[in-house]
Amino acid sequence: MKLTIKVWRQKNAADKGGFVTYPLDGISTDMSFLEMMDVLNEELSEKGEDPIHFDHDCREGICGMCSLYINGKPHGPLQTTTCQLHMRSFSDGETITIEPWRAAAFPVVKDLVVDRGAFDRIIQAGGYVSVNTGGVPDANEIPIPKVVADEAFDAATCIGCGACVAACKNASAMLFTSAKVSQLAMLPQGQVERKSRAEKMIAQMDAEGFGACTNTGACSAECPKGISLTNIARMNREYFSAAVSSDNV
Amino acid sequence: MILDSKIPAGPVAEKWTNHKFSSKLVNPANKRKYDVIVVGTGLAGASAAASLAELGYNVKAFCFQDSPRRAHSIAAQGGINAAKNYQNDGDSVFRLFYDTVKGGDYRAREANVYRLAEVSVNIIDQCVAQGVPFAREYGGLLANRSFGGAQVSRTFYARGQTGQQLLLGAYSALSRQVANGKVKLYPRTEMMDLVKIDGEAKGIVTRNLITGAIETHAAHAVLLCTGGYGNVFFLSTNAMGSNVTAAWRAHKRGAFFANPCYTQIHPTCIPVSGDHQSKLTLMSESLRNDGRVWVPRTVEMAEKLRSGGIKANDIPEDERDYYLERKYPSFGNLVPRDVASRNAKYVCDEGRGVNETGEAVFLDFRDAIKRDSEDTIRARYGNLFDMYQQITGENPYQVPMMIYPAVHYTMGGLWVDYNLMTTVPGLYALGEANFSDHGANRLGASALMQGLADGYFVIPYTLGDYLAKIGPAPVDADHPEFAKVAKEVEERIQKLLSINGSKTVDYFHKKLGKIMWNECGMARTAEGLEKAKKEIKELREEFWKDVNVIGSNEELNQSLEKANRVADFLELGELMIDDAYDRNESCGGHFREEYQTPEGEALRDDENYAYVSAWRFVGEGEEEVLEKEPLEFENVKLTQRSYK
Repeated sequence: MKLTIKVWRQKNAADKGGFVTYPLDGISTDMSFLEMMDVLNEELSEKGEDPIHFDHDCREGICGMCSLYINGKPHGPLQTTTCQLHMRSFSDGETITIEPWRAAAFPVVKDLVVDRGAFDRIIQAGGYVSVNTGGVPDANEIPIPKVVADEAFDAATCIGCGACVAACKNASAMLFTSAKVSQLAMLPQGQVERKSRAEKMIAQMDAEGFGACTNTGACSAECPKGISLTNIARMNREYFSAAVSSDNV
Repeated sequence: MILDSKIPAGPVAEKWTNHKFSSKLVNPANKRKYDVIVVGTGLAGASAAASLAELGYNVKAFCFQDSPRRAHSIAAQGGINAAKNYQNDGDSVFRLFYDTVKGGDYRAREANVYRLAEVSVNIIDQCVAQGVPFAREYGGLLANRSFGGAQVSRTFYARGQTGQQLLLGAYSALSRQVANGKVKLYPRTEMMDLVKIDGEAKGIVTRNLITGAIETHAAHAVLLCTGGYGNVFFLSTNAMGSNVTAAWRAHKRGAFFANPCYTQIHPTCIPVSGDHQSKLTLMSESLRNDGRVWVPRTVEMAEKLRSGGIKANDIPEDERDYYLERKYPSFGNLVPRDVASRNAKYVCDEGRGVNETGEAVFLDFRDAIKRDSEDTIRARYGNLFDMYQQITGENPYQVPMMIYPAVHYTMGGLWVDYNLMTTVPGLYALGEANFSDHGANRLGASALMQGLADGYFVIPYTLGDYLAKIGPAPVDADHPEFAKVAKEVEERIQKLLSINGSKTVDYFHKKLGKIMWNECGMARTAEGLEKAKKEIKELREEFWKDVNVIGSNEELNQSLEKANRVADFLELGELMIDDAYDRNESCGGHFREEYQTPEGEALRDDENYAYVSAWRFVGEGEEEVLEKEPLEFENVKLTQRSYK
């Protein structure tokens, strides 16, 4: 395949950045999208030019490190991570436009690499059950109905990639935050801190500068793990119920 | 030098209890006076950092990824073993211990393995308390499955994403301690070297991957939880960033490297499709519970298949060779990983491989779908089937999967004693980064168990013993040794940047990988190893003369990051070759073609090789020195492994 790659280049956070276009030849349909980027980078390196920087690690669709806004969609045309996208999803002669995640809360570090530290800080605000190592009950002393465990698991499969934020016109982080709030609100282990968790995580989400949710649903439609919008509804319920009966007296 | 493994006296079942009692304790009020560095935030690192912070120590946690949640533990699929015996099928701590020692082909240290089995039950309790959503039965209790050759169902799982859920559990505990101010997190920061003062580990030198700043960090102890070195093969199931640098630099500062040649080749990975391949993808071996492994009975049929003259589904039953079921009737498709991998290689070497490259075998779910329905199979393996389809473009519900072995895990690592301390006092290695528990072959679902055992339940006790002994006086962060090591790190980086050669870093990495895979992969020979040693030496020389590392240090520079890691792989590769050459026997993942039974099974030599090889670095360009830790087996009888 012959392709034209139009990619965002930005030297560092202070640089203004802009698109640069590269022609690329000899791409096979079996390659993953990132392997296509490897080929381009190898060509650039051989010419002594700075390769295009992008985040990636496991290349199995689970670590959440890869990002890339491809032809106007986070992770490209399929509902998957960029590393699991293959070139058979593109056609010969196509121009592919690649940008970083665009959100005020995810500043660009270099080229296609952004800083997603805001997500870590949202989790640090309350995305856990406060138990220390040791001194916990036997695992089978906490029975959980299978349907509840499965539902909690579905919420827990979020990989924290940030596609939801990138997809949202408001750059809202509601889907990400609600996935963790939901998971723990559904499980018996999460009950004790249920109200304060919702309050604290949402406060942190707002403090990071993410936008508001207008229920468009782009986040869920583009989520590589198919995290459901139900989680946002659930988080709203958690938030309102916490607000009227807060433990924070 | 005599290696002191510090195995406590007494019966194996009482060693850990006695040891915990005889270990010194740090006074609760004094814990806040101690600083601990944890490098790596996978299962071992995150669980250790969180647990130590909970106890009151000040922890600094480092990872090269943008967030601790990205560590490659996240990619583990199948499950985690624990001797809970919830299924009433005869499991026990002793049985898990026994299976692990046997599965490791009798090259692991008994005392460590027993402790691992003992604390395995606590891990499950801990993870459930954190809210890890394990699979459950309709009654609400935890579900188990049999996994990777075990004859009891002791594996806990969360669909095909167990590693993800366990890591997110450990990450949540870590995040809580970050919020509490007890852990300071350093993402996108790579450890470049170890700093020793008066022979003891007292800190590290790091590079900030965004700014390039070389920084020093002082602490009372340093924990390396930096994973394995499978990426020495270029193609492996490891994450792209997984590397040996932290462990290797520590090795060059005095930590012995143990059993480097013990590499696990995982039998169920998606086959290589071309030269562009950047990594290999594992399909959880839980698939072997329901999938049947086969190739055509004859070479002619395989050729017809490869040329497209016949489709897999059209090959009649009597033309199929379910070779694992045929050769190992009692274990069948569930033989351990090394046995399954080697047999795949044999049938492909015979010319019976099934994809275009001839290096693939079938893993077929036709019969399981017929027996249990497509929905049942989807519930069990849905995400794995989806992943397979995304990568290959084929639907595994309709046509058999194609699989081939790939490098997956490294049992070798830094030598540690019973306390997980390396030969450098104050320097510890946890999880895959150490060597201690899996012998020459790791059983499925045991890596997650070991990472979390080390981090949650071993290091909080053993580290306290050391810290109590050295006392809480602050470490002098201005000691000249810090500046000296930092300068060496800067010089090395400048050296890499100033070569300005003609070849890219990947060129060297791919070449190294090919040498390692061909001569130090699934099967090794003395002759091949001799050749490989020479080739690696030459490649390393060429690297330092002709590599082109683009850009500068003072920026995010991924080619510099890679060059720095590949330079270390080029040294480690040679040590792996030396180790494989020294070990004139076959055991577990180390298969020397000269040493096999008439049936083609690994032939151990317990008389001469029942030892841990611990390699001592003596100087740049010099041959490393082999030290031996003899292995003594008091509880498990050494037998020829047989899975017939």
